Parts: sequence; C-alpha cells; structure tokens
Amino acid sequence: MKKKLVVIGAGMASGRALEHLLEADKDAYDITLFNAEPRGNYNRIMLSPVLSGDKTYEEIVTHDANWYEENGVTCRFGEHVVKIDRERKIVVGQNGEVAYDKLLMATGSAPFIIPVPGKDLPGVIAYRDLDDTNTMIEATQKPGAKAVVIGGGLLGLEAAAGLKARGMDVTVLHLMGHLMERQLDEAAGYLLRRALEDKGIEVKCQASTAAILGEDKVEAVLLQDKTTIPADLVVMAVGIRPETRLANDAAIEVERGITVDDAMRTSDPDILAVGECVEHRQQLFGLVAPLYDQAKVVAATLLEEDAVFAPKEVSTKLKVTGCDLFSAGDFAEGEGREDIVFRDPSRGVYKRLVIENNVIVGAVMYGDTADGNWFFGLIKDKTDISDMRDTLIFGPAFQGGEPLDPLQAVAALPDDAEICGCNGVCKSQIVDAVKAGATDLGAVRAQTKASASCGTCTGLVEQLMAVTLGDDFQMPAAQSVCGCTDLTHEDVRRLIKSKELKSQAAVWQELGWNTPNGCHVCRPAVNYYLLADWPVEYQDDPQSRFVNERKHANIQKDGTYSVVPRMWGGMTTPDELRAIADAADKYNVPTVHVTGGQRIDLLGVKGEDLPAIWKDLNDAGMVSGHAYAKGLRTVKTCVGKDHCRFGTQDSTGLGIKLENKLWGSWSPHKVKLAVSGCPRNCAEATCKDIGVVCVDSGYQVGVAGAAGMDVKETERLMDCETEEETIEVATAFMQLYRENAKYLDRPYKWVAKVGLDWVKEQIVENVENRIALVERFELSQSIYQKDPWAELAAPDEAPKFGPLANLTLEAAE
Amino acid sequence: MSWIDIGSIEDIPLRGARVVKTKVGCVAVFRTSENEVFATSDRCPHKNGPLSEGIVHGQSVTCPLHNWVFDLNTGVAQGADEGQIDTYPAKVEAGRILLDGTLLMNRAA
Repeated sequence: MKKKLVVIGAGMASGRALEHLLEADKDAYDITLFNAEPRGNYNRIMLSPVLSGDKTYEEIVTHDANWYEENGVTCRFGEHVVKIDRERKIVVGQNGEVAYDKLLMATGSAPFIIPVPGKDLPGVIAYRDLDDTNTMIEATQKPGAKAVVIGGGLLGLEAAAGLKARGMDVTVLHLMGHLMERQLDEAAGYLLRRALEDKGIEVKCQASTAAILGEDKVEAVLLQDKTTIPADLVVMAVGIRPETRLANDAAIEVERGITVDDAMRTSDPDILAVGECVEHRQQLFGLVAPLYDQAKVVAATLLEEDAVFAPKEVSTKLKVTGCDLFSAGDFAEGEGREDIVFRDPSRGVYKRLVIENNVIVGAVMYGDTADGNWFFGLIKDKTDISDMRDTLIFGPAFQGGEPLDPLQAVAALPDDAEICGCNGVCKSQIVDAVKAGATDLGAVRAQTKASASCGTCTGLVEQLMAVTLGDDFQMPAAQSVCGCTDLTHEDVRRLIKSKELKSQAAVWQELGWNTPNGCHVCRPAVNYYLLADWPVEYQDDPQSRFVNERKHANIQKDGTYSVVPRMWGGMTTPDELRAIADAADKYNVPTVHVTGGQRIDLLGVKGEDLPAIWKDLNDAGMVSGHAYAKGLRTVKTCVGKDHCRFGTQDSTGLGIKLENKLWGSWSPHKVKLAVSGCPRNCAEATCKDIGVVCVDSGYQVGVAGAAGMDVKETERLMDCETEEETIEVATAFMQLYRENAKYLDRPYKWVAKVGLDWVKEQIVENVENRIALVERFELSQSIYQKDPWAELAAPDEAPKFGPLANLTLEAAE
Repeated sequence: MSWIDIGSIEDIPLRGARVVKTKVGCVAVFRTSENEVFATSDRCPHKNGPLSEGIVHGQSVTCPLHNWVFDLNTGVAQGADEGQIDTYPAKVEAGRILLDGTLLMNRAA
C-alpha cells in the first residue's frame, strides 16, 4: 500500500517540493494538499505586477486544478487545518481527518500587524496574498482615493508603486531613517527615496504610527508627532513572521520558526517543514532562492535519499520600474572591513563594495546595477580581489580609463545653475567668459562679476575655471570642510542652495562625500546650513549637534550642566528671582553666578535633573536663555532714560524688543547684542556682534565687534531714526549672517571676509533686499522660535535624559 | 554569556546613544546609522568626557569635550590620540538591545 503524504499549505515552496517529488517518483505517495486560500499555487512574487496592472492573476498561476488532478493530488482548498494529532498521525481539517505517514508543513508566514488602535478597521490590510491584492485594486477604483503604506521595505515600496501606478495618492511611512534599511545603506536609501518622490509618492521616514483613525472604516493615520494623514486604504507591510501556530499546538520544536535539521526534518522525524515557516540554524528565509533549494531537499528526504540544505548568499532587487537597485551580502561597517565607494552625482549612481580580507562581503548599488551579478558572483565564490582592487568598482568591463575626476560635481551642474548669488551669474556665463580668454580669477570677476561681491563662491568659480581650462589652470589650495570632502564650507553652502539639497543624505551623495555619514566636524556644519537655507523643508537633526545644543545646556568639565533662564534685555522680577532661588535649592545647585551678559547661571546641575528644573522654571514663566547655542545669546542693556540722567532713549525697552524678535534662531556661531542708552556705553555695545548706541537723534547700529580671543570695536552699519528701523536693520544683518557665513565664524570674522561695504549694499542701500531678508528670517522663526525646555520637559521626552536601564538596581531586589 | 534585554533599539536615537547604569559604572550604548549597537565605557580616558553625548559617525564616536575619536569596535582612540575605552558585547535581536549581563550585572544575593 502507498504511503500517505499530507501537505499543509499550497505556496511556492511546497509547490516546488511536490514537483520534485512527483518527477522523481510519481507513485511514492498518496498526497493530500490543504490550503486555507481557496485556490492553488501561484507565484506570490508576481503579485506586485498584478497590483500595478502589468500582469493578471491567470498569468501568475503555477499549479492549476488540472495539474493537481493529473498528478493525483487530493486538494482540500479553502479548508483550514484545525490540528495535528501526532500520536494518531492524523491531520484534522475543518471537514474531517486525514491520516499521514509523512507530513509536510508549508504554512508560510503571517504579516506582522503593528498593535496600534484602529488596526482592525475595514480598509486596513496586509499585503500577502491575492485577496489583499484584489482589495487594493478595488480601492484604486474610487477617484481621488488616498493610500498610506506603513513600511518602507521591499514589499511596502512595491505596494506603494503599484497603487501609485493605478492613480492613487500614496504616502509611505517608514519607521527607520532611510528606506529598505536592511538591504540598503543610507546613500542608496536617499537615491531610492528621491526616485519614488519623482514618481509622486510621498515618503516620510522616522515616522512612527500612533493610531489608525476612523469610525466604521479607515479614515486617516495618526503619527506619533501628531501629524494626521488622510487615508482610504492602509497597507501594513512592516514585516512577516513564520506561521507556527499549528506546529506550536502540536508541540513540535519552534524557535522563531519551526526548527528543521539539514534534511528539513522537524523535531518529529515524520514531519518535515519547508519555506518561510522554518528556521534552519537560527536563520529565517523570505526570498525565493533558498526556498527552492529547501524544496529539493524535502523531496529527497521524503524519498529517503540523503540531501543537505545549505543556505547560500542571496541578493535583492526591487521590482519598481525606474528604481534600479541591487543589494547583496553584508554591507555593515566593521573592524577590518573597508569600503570602496563610487558616486556619480550627475547620473544618480551610487555603488559601494564592502571588503574584508581581500574578499567582497557585500555590495549595494543604485542607478546602475548592470554589474550586480558579477559582484554577486565574487561574493558567493569568495574570490580574492587583491589584483583588481584598484579598478574593481568599475566592474568587469573596465579596460583602463580615465581616473575619477574630483571636479565632476561642478562639471555636472547644468548651464543655468546659479554660481554667484550676489550678482546672479550662472555657470554658462562664467564658462563663456573663460573660453573668451578670462584665464584668471581677476579677469573672470571683472567680466562677469562672479565672486566679486561676498566672495563665498570663489571656490566654485575656480573649480569651473579648472574644468573649463584643464591643465592650464592652477587651482589655489583651499581648506576643505574636513576629511570627508574636498569642498570648502563656502562651496558646500553655495551647492546646497544651487542644487537645492534638502537633506544630509542628499549632501553626502550629490557632493560626493567619501564617508558614509560624515564626521563630528562636517555634520554640525551641514545640519546648520540645511536648516538655515531650508527652514521649512529640512528637519533639524539633534544627532548632528554638539552636546550643548542637543542637551540645551552647557556641559561642564565634570559632566554636569549649567542652566541659564532667559531674562529679556537683562530685566528680571522678584518672582523670577524667587523661582530661580527655589530651583537652586531644590536641585542642589552648588554654584550660582551672574554672567557677563546680565543673566543668572545655575552651575552643576545633573543631566537627568535637567527636564525637571526646566519644568519648574517654565512654570515660573521663564524659557531657555540659549546660553549654550550657536544662536542669539543675550541682549545686554543699560537702564536708559527712565532712570539715568544721561539716557537718551528707552534702551531697556529696545533691548527687550530685539531679544523678543531674535531669540531662538540658530546661526553659524553665537551672537551677542547690547543696547546702550548713551555714548557712555554702559552696556558695552561697541564690542558686540550687533551693538546699538542710543543718541539724541536716534540709534547707531554697529556690527562685527568682538570681545573674546580678539577684541574689536564694532563698525557702523547704519544710523536709524526709529526703533522699528533699528530692529529691521538688526534682523536683516542677523539673516544675512545666517545665510552666508561659514559655520563657526563669528560675525566679525565673516564681515572681514565679505567686507562691510558688501553688507551695507545688502542692508542699507537695497531696502527691498533688507525687507526680503527680514521676511526670510521671520519664516525661519515661525519654525525655530520655540522654547526647547518646554519641548524636552514634556512627559514623553523627559525620560530620555535618564539612563536607558539600570542594572545595578535589579541586583538589590 | 547571559544576554539581558535593556530596551528597544527605538529608545536610542539614530546615530545617538543612551546610558545604562551597571556595576562597572555607566555604559554608553550607541546606535549607528546602520542600526548596529555598541556598548562601551561612557568615560573618555582623556578628561572623563561622557561619550554617550558625543557625535556618532560611521562606527566611531567623538568625545564631546575635546574631540577624541574612538572606534566603537575596538575602543581604541583614533588619530594622534592614545587611549582605549572598554567595550562590552552587545547585539540587537528582533528590535531589542541585548547586553552581556555576566560583566555588567551584580549577582543576586
């Protein structure tokens, strides 16, 4: 009598196993096949083309009813298996029992549904099978329908692209910092995101879903940061886990998946398992290639032949038209590992090889994946690459060629890219001038006016000359930002504007950074440039700030912090002083000091106490004094004409108004102000970054003073008649500095580079420009003028100042 | 080794760090941009700077006080500076951060 085989699950792995089994010995078993889905086996990988409309279901069926009939397989489709009775060797289905000699479990995987409120609302689906696909296609029928895809991995992005192709408005939410973080590094993730955004798909990274909203069907998705995104359909594609419930109930050994040995046997030798439900040597499987290898082994084991499953390296490709990416192996950095990175910003190409002991262990490519399989071969075969190392990244076709051109970022700029913002000179004008005989910087300046004003684009103009003239041009040595790039601060600032780079990953990729994510020198600078130039689009990255600006307090040499509340214009009240004294007592502040900028400094506060002391000071009406910030610090004032017999104007009032206007803005370095009520200058306004001296006829605004490493008197920018004009001029100067200075240059250093005359042109002579500067400053303030103490003392933020865990406490329990 | 679950990887900001109090003092737990975790002593050997407050780049951290740079794999100071911080086994499984308790935890009485 023939032995009986029962198979649970008609997926790709069991389908392939049955093929191998029947091919080898058609008569070895009586086969019964259970499938919970009311249909046979189809190619799940091709669901994305079905969703996008490139294929139909019929085209992706691999085993139809005829096939099972011809091969004598008894099908019980649409029937769930209730349990496995190992003692009686029986599988219990909803419609009755089937006995087995051998049992093959191919239960596949279940989508992971994130446990948020609203996850069970109609319209919230996973993306696993044909029914899900059909639900999605149906949702696209409604005109103007909106979809939110949760999960920016392989599956989620394919779902998003398919829905978009059918005309839906699609937003992808991804918890991590970049898309497909398991397959791609940050740079490739950035390029992928850009390509999806070009298709009209909105992508939000670091987006944590708080809830799914709706009455009797899904209406919107609520994020942790309180943003709401309207949605008629929510697709959860955050991951899968092996479907092990039947195995668990039958007391078969299960770790994360059903554990199998090399012959694909479970802990019960008569029960085998295959596919996404198994765990083999601590490894789970989601891609099809290893599943097919497993299927071969299953067929052999069922026929009592020896076979061993040995997982191989796998590679990934995304099936989204126009997004060409490839990833294989392990591309994390590590000790003894080296990177070879190739970036071609103009073509949007990124390639990275990770090498360990002269063998490639990982590869990520975006934009040009033609050599992917060649690299994949080198990874699988562990080929020693030492001989071809220099040219490896160019792929197999490389036959000697031009060495990489460090000027390619500039060479790749379009002709109409603006190089000199002051004088509105674009690339082609400079190139034309050079070709017409202007072979040194002076000549280019004279003819085009490029770099003739503030001079910050000088480096770019020189690079353009080098590109145009070739060897005839001797490039002057310029100081680059840091070892991560050859570009200077001025170049980076200019390119961020002209290429409209709005994220750090964009800067690293488009400007050819040679490290994966910068270093402690360039990251704070780039973060500042981005937030100053794109206050609305760019989101500040606290992890790219020095400790003081991340903790909103000054770190002291013993690791404690100082806390300085803002006292507008140096004014305070008895109530504020009492609150400060109470806080000093409550938090055991060892030192209370009056600063040079007319503020009170509480020194020696423990890091974990910061949110609590801020909360107390907030409750008394005080906000952060930003005594730690590269931004507005203090506005120092004298008492002015209200009290002083020499005072000419209300210097305290004007100081408070200036501080109210300017506080909270980030700048290249700290900015200190003062307003003195008469030329006796008690507030020491003439050695500040911006200093106002009141006189009978009005207000003298000086800028670019210094009283630090250097001591320097301010230079007179303008005499103003009213307070309003004074505030306007000071604000415009602040914005001009924010937009143009090199990171960590105080205003006096920056003004020395660009010249006071240029600053006067921008602010004094060109009133329209002055107003535009003020408007841009106000736009930035609409986002950045907020009290960081209040934000960080909030109940969900404050705990982050304490330890993540305390392992010393547990011992005491 | 005895692995202890000390929290979710999401509790540490990307390219950031948090501190865990242990019997050997404060241990800094770092999360890199590739979502790897590393655990090291939180104190810079130079002037005791809190490394958990430094800028994390690649698989390195820069001390916030005087910019010493340490490789998180080996704990060795980079460049011209000489020194080394202690490193501890750490790993991520299913989004949870695990540290080796044998080194870090007091034995129960």
